[in-house]
Amino acid sequence: MAVTDLTACEIRKAIAERRLSAVEAAEGCLRAIGRLDPKIKAFLSTDPEGARRRAAEVDRRLAAGENVGLLAGIPVAVKDNMCTADGQPTTCASRILGGWRAPYDAHVVERLKAEGAVIVGKTNLDEFAMGSSTENSAYGATRNPWDLTRVPGGSSGGSAAAVAARLVPIALGSDTGGSIRQPAALCGVVGMKPTYGRVSRYGLVAFASSLDQIGPFGRTVADAALLLRATAGHDRRDSTSVREPVPDYLEGLEEPVRPLRIGVPREFFSAGIDPEVESVVREALAVYERLGAALVPIMLPHSTDYAIATYYIVATSEASSNLARYDGVHYGYRSSDHTDMIDMYMRSRAQGFGDEVKRRIMLGTYALSSGYYDAYYKKALAVRRLIRRDFEQAFAKVDCIMGPTSPTPAFRVGERTADPLAMYLSDVYTVSANLAAIAGISIPCGFTAGGLPIGLQIITDVFTEDRLLRIARMYERETGWTKRAPPIAEDAA
Amino acid sequence: MSAAEPVPTIGLEVHMHLKTRTKMFCGCKVEYDVRPNSNVCPVCLGMPGVLPVMNGKALELAVRMALALGCTIPGLAKWDRKHYYYPDLPKNYQISEYDQPLGVKGHLDIETSQGPRRIGIIRVHLEEDAGKLMHAEGGGNYSVVDLNRTGTPLLEIVSEPDVHGAEEARVYAETLRQLAVYLGVGDCNMQLGQMRCEPNISLCIGADAQGKPRYTPISEIKNLNSFRSVERAVTFEIARHREEYEADPAGYTLEKQGKSTRGWRDDEGVSFLQRSKEEAHDYRYFPEPDLVPFVPDRQWVEEIRRTIPDLPEIRRRRLINDAGLSEYDAGVLTADRLIADYYEAFAEYVRDAKIAANWMMQDVMQILNDRKIAISEFPLTPQAFGDLVNLVASAVINRNTARDVVLPKMLATGKPAGEIVKEEGLAQTSDESAIEAIVDQVLAANAKIAEDYKGGKKAAFGRLMGESMKASGGKANPQVVKAILTRKLGG
Repeated sequence: MAVTDLTACEIRKAIAERRLSAVEAAEGCLRAIGRLDPKIKAFLSTDPEGARRRAAEVDRRLAAGENVGLLAGIPVAVKDNMCTADGQPTTCASRILGGWRAPYDAHVVERLKAEGAVIVGKTNLDEFAMGSSTENSAYGATRNPWDLTRVPGGSSGGSAAAVAARLVPIALGSDTGGSIRQPAALCGVVGMKPTYGRVSRYGLVAFASSLDQIGPFGRTVADAALLLRATAGHDRRDSTSVREPVPDYLEGLEEPVRPLRIGVPREFFSAGIDPEVESVVREALAVYERLGAALVPIMLPHSTDYAIATYYIVATSEASSNLARYDGVHYGYRSSDHTDMIDMYMRSRAQGFGDEVKRRIMLGTYALSSGYYDAYYKKALAVRRLIRRDFEQAFAKVDCIMGPTSPTPAFRVGERTADPLAMYLSDVYTVSANLAAIAGISIPCGFTAGGLPIGLQIITDVFTEDRLLRIARMYERETGWTKRAPPIAEDAA
Repeated sequence: MSAAEPVPTIGLEVHMHLKTRTKMFCGCKVEYDVRPNSNVCPVCLGMPGVLPVMNGKALELAVRMALALGCTIPGLAKWDRKHYYYPDLPKNYQISEYDQPLGVKGHLDIETSQGPRRIGIIRVHLEEDAGKLMHAEGGGNYSVVDLNRTGTPLLEIVSEPDVHGAEEARVYAETLRQLAVYLGVGDCNMQLGQMRCEPNISLCIGADAQGKPRYTPISEIKNLNSFRSVERAVTFEIARHREEYEADPAGYTLEKQGKSTRGWRDDEGVSFLQRSKEEAHDYRYFPEPDLVPFVPDRQWVEEIRRTIPDLPEIRRRRLINDAGLSEYDAGVLTADRLIADYYEAFAEYVRDAKIAANWMMQDVMQILNDRKIAISEFPLTPQAFGDLVNLVASAVINRNTARDVVLPKMLATGKPAGEIVKEEGLAQTSDESAIEAIVDQVLAANAKIAEDYKGGKKAAFGRLMGESMKASGGKANPQVVKAILTRKLGG
């Protein structure tokens, strides 16, 4: 069995038992990346030397009988909107950060290093995490490992594709409106958005500060639990990170949640849903029923139609502010053909940002403008409170909410690039969890007739990631979906 | 329309740096005379991915100042982003407080030449300072930026338009500075840019048919960095408004022209237009999502309130009314809290407020000036210094000996006054027969001067006093010398 077929938990066990060295694990991943990534383009940069050095260090410490961390020797990929101070680029897939080197590590990167993880590279994304297909990258689109003519979803498409193609067992992504869960669904892997405040955002390049949250990708629920455990927890550098204790998400993972009341919102099966997706997700719900769960029809009246509108006002407003700093003055890309200071600002931004980023900056700038603020941003905040209330009322009756992660399976490269609104609707089932600041996960629950993965979304209340993972694990154990590899990865192995 | 004399109507925005060790959102030091861009980090440089963390000390000082201004501290204050593009602002937004500031509705009492005035305070809020942009000298086509100042905690205090003249505007700013220094809230060194004033000037020009007051367009003068320039700029603006209004009474109104922003050229003594109403920024304020709102603990606020010392104005009044000091002396002695603290301890020890005030004003202040030191660096405790003054009061030494001989030795050696007097044999004599012998010698040697005095030249007495003191080696009790001389000269 190839190293790349092992899950993170299996690698961890093999390394602990000295059946596998960290260097062997790293080399296996680097070989797989070398072989497959030219086709998939999941990585924006790799750091083979750094990976080998860190892996050798883990092996040395193990040999010396020293304490090694939770992720000792496990190869990990990091979405390229998280800062790494190792001299590797942090680009956010934007031209405007081309050549920039972060002088510091993001909190999660510090955590990965402290736990002995071996970071092999930085993965592709939609520029500044704005998109649902990983096509909005200044450095080229990532392809779906299950079908190279299709998108991997986005914005964390690089991380999702890297895990799906077994280039790395686990990876970090960020989720602002579905950017972990939707690509997880489209690539057939597990992807989780923790509660807002669960994982420090320090060093995550901000898109929409009140929505952004870092989370794990893995092929299995246990791997996602492992990576979440290593990265969650309070960080004083992020005032919005919360002082909640971090449970051991692996402990008790095998314990089913009983009794289990599953809320099934009518709104999550509305018009626009692909019939294959609907039937596969309904079949998944039936599996839970067989396991003794009760399906409870619920209403989330504000959480689909209004959610998209609300999301695109809140997210773009915050983005227009967060992205103001990229001006060519202090770091990053600066135009060379400007005539004066204002012209330098304008040309640097015009040349440095891609179309979708510009579109969102303009939308957000408009929404925050004097005279429009009350009608847009302020109203969006009010609707956001209603959405939060929808979920509060739902969680008074049910333990979790389930539905499809994405209304459709992976679409073809280029299919939605000319129609931003169609692209925005890819997030229709995921944005509300961000607006409500609650936890959500996508797990593989079957395939279309054409062999494309479909994801089941499970949502639970704030700081109940342990229960969320247990609920996901109940299903995973009953079905074999998370064991399937895309043909491209099997051919390679 | 009323033809009444236009009334200057002025509100001031004052910015002051808070006296914190570190910046508002990161651990960088706040220092003023250091190499450009040496106190910077990813957070204050606004690098991708960084987040602000509120400086607790800045909040405490801001609340302290707000309380001293009699403000209410609301139950919740929130942070907002104010957007504008400028190279000295790395994030291109400033973290500030827009519609829910941490202090509201206070006042400041000031003393002008026209009497006391109470100026209302609309709000007190906290924000971060920007860096400093310097344009290339000699016409170079570039600018350089120093970001040491970026993120320095800045308190903005906005007054009601209760100020009605240039002197009042100056005194308001001076009093605010005094208060901040006094409370340890800020050093407010204006040369270092630690305090900046921005008066908003308009003239009230009667009322419309409905009785609603009418105004000339508001002009805001940016970044005045001396009290003198505040007074001059306001004087200039009042005159300019009058002229503009007289030239165009129908057009030069707030209604028609709104608000403009002006700069001040101190060397020429003129203001100049920077931005008209049409060019006003849209700052696109919105709540800062990276910070949680500030919900002050009531007990904490009361704790701060308890530690606020006597305010300068109260102290000044007390020195005038209770201790009988002149307005001037009381003003000087209370301008700096530490000087006032020293003075009060010293005065209590020597049990004479006026004598203590004289020593403070004439000797201590002189020494501080000469040595360019602060009162905290003055080597003598109020008690050690008081011992010296008490030696004069009890006539062991005279004032001149105390000031010219003993004090310098105390400063140089740190020895107590009594010990120096003993070692040097400086104790004065009041022995009448000994002093009479000296006076006789002096009169014999200066017969001509004595004749002058008797002939009506009163100034000659002083010379004879001086010669007698000199002959005694400074040790004769001057009161005794004076009595004997007076008697001998038949005065």
